[in-house]
Amino acid sequence: MSDLLRVQNMRKTFVTGGPPWKRQRLVAVNDVSLSVPRGETLGLVGESGSGKSTLGRCILGLVPPDSGSVVFDGIEVTNLSGRALSEFRRRVQPVFQDPFGSLDPRWSVGRSVREALDVFRIGTPADREKRVLELFDRVGLDPALVHRMPASLSGGQRQRVAIAAALASEPELIVADEPVSALDMSVQAQILNLFMDLQQDLGLATIFVTHDLGVVEHVSHRVAVMYHGTLVEVGDTDQVMNRPQHDYTRTLLAAVPTLAPPTVQGGTHAQGQH
Amino acid sequence: MSPVLSFNDVRIRFRGDNAAHAAAAVDGVSIHLVKGEIFGIVGESGSGKSTLANAAMGLLPSSVEVSGSITVNGREMIGLGPDELRHMRGSEISMIFQDASASLDPTWSVGEQIAETVRAHRPVARGEARARAIELMGEVGIPDAAARYNDAPHRFSGGMRQRIVIAAALANNPQILIADEPTTALDVTIQAQVLKLIDALRRNHGTTVALITHDLGVVAQVCDRVGVMYRGRLLEVGNAREVFANPTHPYTRALLAANPAWAKRGSRLPVVPAEWSVETPDFANAGGTT
Repeated sequence: MSDLLRVQNMRKTFVTGGPPWKRQRLVAVNDVSLSVPRGETLGLVGESGSGKSTLGRCILGLVPPDSGSVVFDGIEVTNLSGRALSEFRRRVQPVFQDPFGSLDPRWSVGRSVREALDVFRIGTPADREKRVLELFDRVGLDPALVHRMPASLSGGQRQRVAIAAALASEPELIVADEPVSALDMSVQAQILNLFMDLQQDLGLATIFVTHDLGVVEHVSHRVAVMYHGTLVEVGDTDQVMNRPQHDYTRTLLAAVPTLAPPTVQGGTHAQGQH
Repeated sequence: MSPVLSFNDVRIRFRGDNAAHAAAAVDGVSIHLVKGEIFGIVGESGSGKSTLANAAMGLLPSSVEVSGSITVNGREMIGLGPDELRHMRGSEISMIFQDASASLDPTWSVGEQIAETVRAHRPVARGEARARAIELMGEVGIPDAAARYNDAPHRFSGGMRQRIVIAAALANNPQILIADEPTTALDVTIQAQVLKLIDALRRNHGTTVALITHDLGVVAQVCDRVGVMYRGRLLEVGNAREVFANPTHPYTRALLAANPAWAKRGSRLPVVPAEWSVETPDFANAGGTT
């Protein structure tokens, strides 16, 4: 399968703050190369400071990398501007951990989703109203909620709105940075199901950035492990999780508190509704 | 064995005009912790797990109605005055929180903060308090403790800061440690170390630990017994292994099943039924519209 996204030799450094004689150059992403085929989910895992979020932000074009290339559908996107940049942003959309941060608190959530349609001039203005309702339905939200303010929705509902806004421009790649980390376990399961549905129904490719190995194992086709800015291991989920090659991956996996699977009686009763 | 920390039919209500806020945060909970056990109190947002813990420490504001009984070594905690609470806290029962930086004064060296805690409860000389602080720092695994006595909190990593807070909490040998989400802000490799430390405290000193967490994996890793809370009620209590293997309450079953670690990769996760959801429609309807 052809690669939708190809990152090559990406490097990103930051200069730390403080007086000039104390500043240091910090290598956040060090010579990382990876690729994402169409319609696949790549789980990007690592601990704090591993550079996983910075890598995601470089791919989205939110921060410029020092060097290296990002090729999206055959086009080098690191130096895009104007219309070409806008087109890239339409096709690659972010979802963040805190939907409160991505939704305007003074706008109804319907307007926030509508904004995405307006920005990318999708459909006629009249069509857009209808499209917003379709998007709400798509992410499992009652369309009657379009007039609500973000503050009057629950955390799970807000994350669904943020996903609806990301889907508005019909992207081919979603970069989701810790999208379920702030949610309760019961709500997290619903949002993970939504991601898997979108993947199946829309053929979306996803880069799923998270520290949670349980989540990554569940949703990813392939897993990339980062440590101190370096990509230490990348491979099929099964291989990375069950036969890790790198010492750090082994350490990480060993540290995860495990919950032994239930006996037949337990766990199987919860046949929840959708 | 008589319980070290005992909650008897505890009810906690936040007063307020708003009907939603007047609801009971804790609604008739009874838990009895015995010496040397690690008891996990697990639940999602709004289950009342932290409120229950704060009540045991006397940390709730006076506007909050607390009824029932909370005893520490047989001594009633509800209704204690500031001086009595001050005596109980630290020497009998101690608490640590998720955010270690918030418990530490950023302008003070960590060693002095631990020594201060020692001197707050016992009339010891500065030198002796200092020695005790260094001993505690060593015990919680701060390498080269004496040399780091004068370092400010920002010189330590998150995991090390949590260790320092634990050292301060242990300064006066409390029999009970309440840990409210102590590893939630930490990376998994650091979490594993801090959990190991908590387990060692119990082994070496017989400390009784109430571990409050939303993370079922953490409970499975270190807890002897577990209590599952939902909306202020205690739904199920038992041996942690037993509860996870054979949960009797539908909510516990649903919560365990929603855990991705249990499901077949890529399969739909069983969703917690609406009647047990933490995000119920009545919450969504409570807010205003434009």
